[in-house]
Amino acid sequence: MNWISNYVRPTINSLFSRREVPDNLWSKCKECGTMLFHRELTENLNVCTSCDHHMAMTPRERFANLFDGGIFSEISVPTPIADPLTFKDQKKYPDRMKTAQKTTGEAEAMLVAKGDMGRTPVVAAAQDFSFMGGSMGMYVGNAIIAAAQEAVKTKRPLILFSAAGGARMQEGILSLMQMPRTTVAVQMLKEAGLPYIVVLTHPTTGGVTASYAMLGDVHIAEPNALICFAGPRVIAQTIGEKLPEGFQRAEYLLDHGMLDRVTHRKNMREELITVTRMLLGLSPAIKGDLPAPVEKAKKPKPDPEK
Amino acid sequence: MNNYLEFEKPLAEIEGKAEELRAMARANEEMDIEKEAAALDKKAEALLKELYENLTPWRKCQIARHPDRPHCKDYIETLFTEYTPLAGDRNFADDHAVMGGLARIGGTPVVIIGHEKGHNTKTRIERNFGMARPEGYRKAIRLMELADKFGLPIISLVDTAGAYPGKGAEERGQSEAIARSTEKCLQVKVPFISVIIGEGGSGGAVAFATADRVVMLEHSTYAVISPEGCASILWKDAEKMREAAEALRLTAQDLEKLGVADRVLPEPLGGAQRDRAGTMASVGKEIETLLKELKQKKPDQLRKERRQKYLDIGAKGLAA
Ligand SMILES: [Zn+2]
Repeated sequence: MNWISNYVRPTINSLFSRREVPDNLWSKCKECGTMLFHRELTENLNVCTSCDHHMAMTPRERFANLFDGGIFSEISVPTPIADPLTFKDQKKYPDRMKTAQKTTGEAEAMLVAKGDMGRTPVVAAAQDFSFMGGSMGMYVGNAIIAAAQEAVKTKRPLILFSAAGGARMQEGILSLMQMPRTTVAVQMLKEAGLPYIVVLTHPTTGGVTASYAMLGDVHIAEPNALICFAGPRVIAQTIGEKLPEGFQRAEYLLDHGMLDRVTHRKNMREELITVTRMLLGLSPAIKGDLPAPVEKAKKPKPDPEK
Repeated sequence: MNNYLEFEKPLAEIEGKAEELRAMARANEEMDIEKEAAALDKKAEALLKELYENLTPWRKCQIARHPDRPHCKDYIETLFTEYTPLAGDRNFADDHAVMGGLARIGGTPVVIIGHEKGHNTKTRIERNFGMARPEGYRKAIRLMELADKFGLPIISLVDTAGAYPGKGAEERGQSEAIARSTEKCLQVKVPFISVIIGEGGSGGAVAFATADRVVMLEHSTYAVISPEGCASILWKDAEKMREAAEALRLTAQDLEKLGVADRVLPEPLGGAQRDRAGTMASVGKEIETLLKELKQKKPDQLRKERRQKYLDIGAKGLAA
């Protein structure tokens, strides 16, 4: 066996990975219309500097901001069978997948990694809304199971960032079956006594909300995130009732007892560190953006077969 | 009188004619129509057979939703004795879309939970068309806990278009209630049998149907989204429900191949609605057989195997 394939190299993540290179240097805030300079926006964690609107973040951006020094190592996820139903709507499912992979540069809609957060070893999983609406199919299910197994194996808490339009229809019933599958993953964590913290980001809806996203020990949402089972349009259609201002938004859910906290993105990391360390019975963390832990140089052992 | 589905119209004509002839003969004793009527009967039966041998997934959806199929309440009244409804979620309300309580089947005390759609306008409104609110799922959780505490097997009868999409339901945590219900299904250490008797609609069904054994009636369906919903999202046209029903692979037969259904129970020719008693009897027999089998297993083993079953789903795909 080649030692390189056996050696997990920490992924040093750059904020300017393949897809983040902007064609133009300005982007417009969808909420307030302000033109924002790209670098300024990135420095502000993709939060509008004018109206505080929390824009989408890719899993790599999340992890770069979450882990000390932006250093983490990816946890591999078992690849499920592709296109299990040979699903075709107006497009073939494999074609939709290819497009999503090309535009995002990612294999699928969830990324799992481990690393240190405020010197606290954790496993983290983040859903990628830009990949087919973050939809939950077999891969996402496998990712959450892999994350839970890694957390149990290494006795680390799991921090999960949810973002999805719901289940991936192109996988039919197999996407629905990710509800019980991911629930089993959560049970692994609970039975091992490990914290499971869910950060609900915009939007978290459908079967995702109705399974692992609502089973956390602690639920923290980003401001104004849409969090629901049935979307507002479906409800308006079904009952023809006018929905109140802010309905199904994070603050509304907080008021209705479904969340523990709504936290601004700039405070999220510190808060996750604080909560996690208390749940683990550890001393208070050293605050601030810590540098990456010094990797003890892992000298690859010479392969005896060579 | 039968309620005919749209694709059964040619059948309705033939059966209607036979019925007419017989009515005429009853009024006029001298008329001899039996030969003619018998010929029509034969023709009708042949057509029925032909129709039901070649059902498209969309037609299956219509049969699964047929108003004359036996519903949860019918099964409870027919198959179970000493049914004692237990109401309420101890939190907000009692959801009439979900029936549940203690009962016996073949002498064995069990906890029964199921969606009830209602059978006429009044009861349909009372039952909210079988679409449960968070209270319904929380009632189910409570009943599953009760079953677990006293070692009673759980039987769930699934028949819902989905969880209710309403303002109050959302405010009271529809997602959380469904998630907790599914979690409870995977937590209990008692035998858990789920029968999909009609529609298995998305998360609203999963919350009750995460079981040791999932039995599906021949013409029942189980899907991540309704064909109409899927069509309006992926085809941008709700009228493409036939195509969506095809693509979703929601029939009991496909679900068995995918390992989601453990067993498909044949229905009488022409569907459960044509022989309600026969359908219910066969469901009853199946439940008793499975109960006997599952009772052999130790509590920890039951739960472990149930969880593993779900972890393993997805290993098999379907060819085009
Ligand atoms: Zn703005």
